[in-house]
Amino acid sequence: MSRRVLPIAVIIVVVIMLGFFYRGLQLDPKLLPSALIDKPAPAFTLPQLHDPSKTFSAADMKGKVWLLNVWASWCAACRSEHPLFMQLARKGDFPIYGLNYKDKRQDAEQWLRQLGDPYQVSMSDLAGNVGIDYGVYGVPETFLIDKEGIIRYKHVGPISRKDWREIILPKMKELQG
Amino acid sequence: MKVKILLILLITLFAGSLFANEAKLREDPEIKDRFKHLASELRCLKCQNQTIWDSKAGLADDLRKQIRSQIYAGKSDDEIVEYMVDRYGEFVRYKPVVDQKTIFLWLGPLIFLVIGIFLLYRYIKIRREQNSEEDAPLTEEDRLRAQAILEKGGDK
Repeated sequence: MSRRVLPIAVIIVVVIMLGFFYRGLQLDPKLLPSALIDKPAPAFTLPQLHDPSKTFSAADMKGKVWLLNVWASWCAACRSEHPLFMQLARKGDFPIYGLNYKDKRQDAEQWLRQLGDPYQVSMSDLAGNVGIDYGVYGVPETFLIDKEGIIRYKHVGPISRKDWREIILPKMKELQG
Repeated sequence: MKVKILLILLITLFAGSLFANEAKLREDPEIKDRFKHLASELRCLKCQNQTIWDSKAGLADDLRKQIRSQIYAGKSDDEIVEYMVDRYGEFVRYKPVVDQKTIFLWLGPLIFLVIGIFLLYRYIKIRREQNSEEDAPLTEEDRLRAQAILEKGGDK
């Protein structure tokens, strides 16, 4: 009896483990669940990139559904989502705000001059402290923040057109109501 | 005269670095230990298999600064770890806490050890029974058969 049970048990265990391995292969280990989903967006006040004498604070955005995109001129992946942002900025339905993360003001402005500026406003987070508050660990990252100032979604890495169409756009529409 | 000026210049030149070293050395060893302990307990999110203490990534550098300044601000170790977890999630702990989600992770090795010991025990028991059967004294029937084989020179 046990001679027949043992091999069956071994096969079952192996199959279960293969299932885990197969699932594991499809997951991106770099992708971490954000601790901030459904939590209030951390408050901040930062100087604006184009005019440092003016500031921008997250609290100004109460009542609006908006995207906070963390970018930098040194970030190569930011270039790949940039054309999509330009397109969205032209339509103007969804406001995109830029958090210029650990960058030099000149480099950042140069980058925007060259490629175009899709942001309503960009803020300078030169030391990266706001980045820490938002749990940023890789640029680009994009946060979707609702009318009450709650973070509803976080996208790590460049947003592809497919991501926009299938994930972010539906969420934004739903939040805008 | 010139030599004197040069000497004074040299001394003032190195005075700064001398004091800088002293300041570093004077850092409270207790704070140093706490800093090292905390930085080794937290994961660098950028490199993932390194601690903040080990990592050379820019983010790890920023987080080290953050830890140090929070220690100086009088925060407790728990508060600092909490600060990181609030921002980066549970993954930032190099050693996961024991809770419902991670209980299997913690108990897994123990479970497999118990299963292993159980299988080993059963294997040994079965072998022992088999051996004791083989070692049992011959029955009368066996003895007669053996004798017959010996006399006839074969069991046909």
